[in-house]
Amino acid sequence: MKRLNSLTVVAAFLSTLTLVGCSDNDLPNVAMPDPVEPMPVVNYRYQVTVINLTHSQPMSPIATLLHNEMNVWEIGMPASVALEQLAESGNNAELLTQEFVIAGESGEGILMPGASETIEVSTMNSPPQMLSTVTMLVNTNDAFSGFNAMDISNMTVGESISLRTGSYDAGTEKNSESSASIPGPASGGTGEGYNEARDDVNFVAMHPGVVTADDGLASSVLTQAHRFDNPTLAITVTRIE
Amino acid sequence: MKRLTLLAGVIASSFAMSAQAQELEITVTNLTQGIYYTPILIAAHNTDVDMFTVGEAASNELQAMAEGGDISGLSALAAAGNADIVENPAAGLLAPASSTTTTLNTMDGNSHLSLVSMMLPTNDGFIGVDSWMIPSESGTYTFTLSAYDAGTEANDEIINGGGAPGVAGIPIAPGNDAGTGGSGVTSMEENTMIHVHRGSLGDDDLSGGKSDLDNTVHRWLNPVARVTVVVK
Repeated sequence: MKRLNSLTVVAAFLSTLTLVGCSDNDLPNVAMPDPVEPMPVVNYRYQVTVINLTHSQPMSPIATLLHNEMNVWEIGMPASVALEQLAESGNNAELLTQEFVIAGESGEGILMPGASETIEVSTMNSPPQMLSTVTMLVNTNDAFSGFNAMDISNMTVGESISLRTGSYDAGTEKNSESSASIPGPASGGTGEGYNEARDDVNFVAMHPGVVTADDGLASSVLTQAHRFDNPTLAITVTRIE
Repeated sequence: MKRLTLLAGVIASSFAMSAQAQELEITVTNLTQGIYYTPILIAAHNTDVDMFTVGEAASNELQAMAEGGDISGLSALAAAGNADIVENPAAGLLAPASSTTTTLNTMDGNSHLSLVSMMLPTNDGFIGVDSWMIPSESGTYTFTLSAYDAGTEANDEIINGGGAPGVAGIPIAPGNDAGTGGSGVTSMEENTMIHVHRGSLGDDDLSGGKSDLDNTVHRWLNPVARVTVVVK
């Protein structure tokens, strides 16, 4: 212990000496123009790992986006057309190219129950403030899961945030659960996706869950297997650069 | 030793702080798509006041709130314990996906926060916060609530205006989106303690079936509410 202490003292002393030596070797301080250095390129890169926690609800290609303003959705407010498209059909193209999106990335394809996928999204130079991730539960009328506008402005490199997300209802399509209205495999993929008509409450809320034919909705194409409870996704966001 | 004493002093003073008067800004958000919340009761109180405890039987006052939305009994109970009280911040029902914000100034010693509101249309479903210790540190604290069942009334899911304690049935479906003529889902309430609500059943027959509730409208998944407390 004593030896360690004295070593530390020596090290500190040496470093002082070195510093002093350096300043001794410096030229007299003459006013010289600083060389113009190019701004270093700073990357802000994030990894988003998503696990589908449901029994039988495939997730549409995961949309992940960086932004500095706006919400992808708000409880009690009407869904944007871009969110309506994702929530009714699984198509994330419109959502990822909205004006406020700094960088948007899509998952490779459908994320099956029990499966996981890691998506990277990045931007250069100025730190992004928010990250959102959203996906459709495809054996539903207009259910989606994910998180909205997570504050990532203080995330350091290597830092991770893990969370589990519940499911929301876009409120743009009535939950008839009919074969004609479910785009996922439950209808054989024949059901309608996006339809601009809004025949439901027209605000976003938490999803009430699917009823299914097995539990008393005769017109439903869904079975007990398609039921889900919250949470539906496990998500880990890591800043890697 | 000196340092230890100093530390103990700091801890003691921070505990003391949590019992001191505070200004709270409280926001309650109804997260559901089809359930209404009756006038909300919020109280900051000392540890002698207890509005409800999950796993225990409901008081008569809680039963009146959970079956009919009547908060007067619980409010009087809290007032008798010198609580700081906000009644009905939403000025009526808190509609699906709506929020209400209120300010609550607490007196010394009122260190815990409780909140209750009945869920409509249900027989005796309610949302509640049971004696949450108010943090002494300024900041924004957010948490979500699950639906509870008071365990005082059978969940027959029949809308018949029955809102008085001990009277079967659901008072009303405020969205005017329920059916009639249901034969009743059950006449038993086997768990008579306050518990997490199993959810409503509903059916797809608005003029008959077992339930007067619509199974595509009146079901929910937890969480059903979000509470945000800003400690000033």
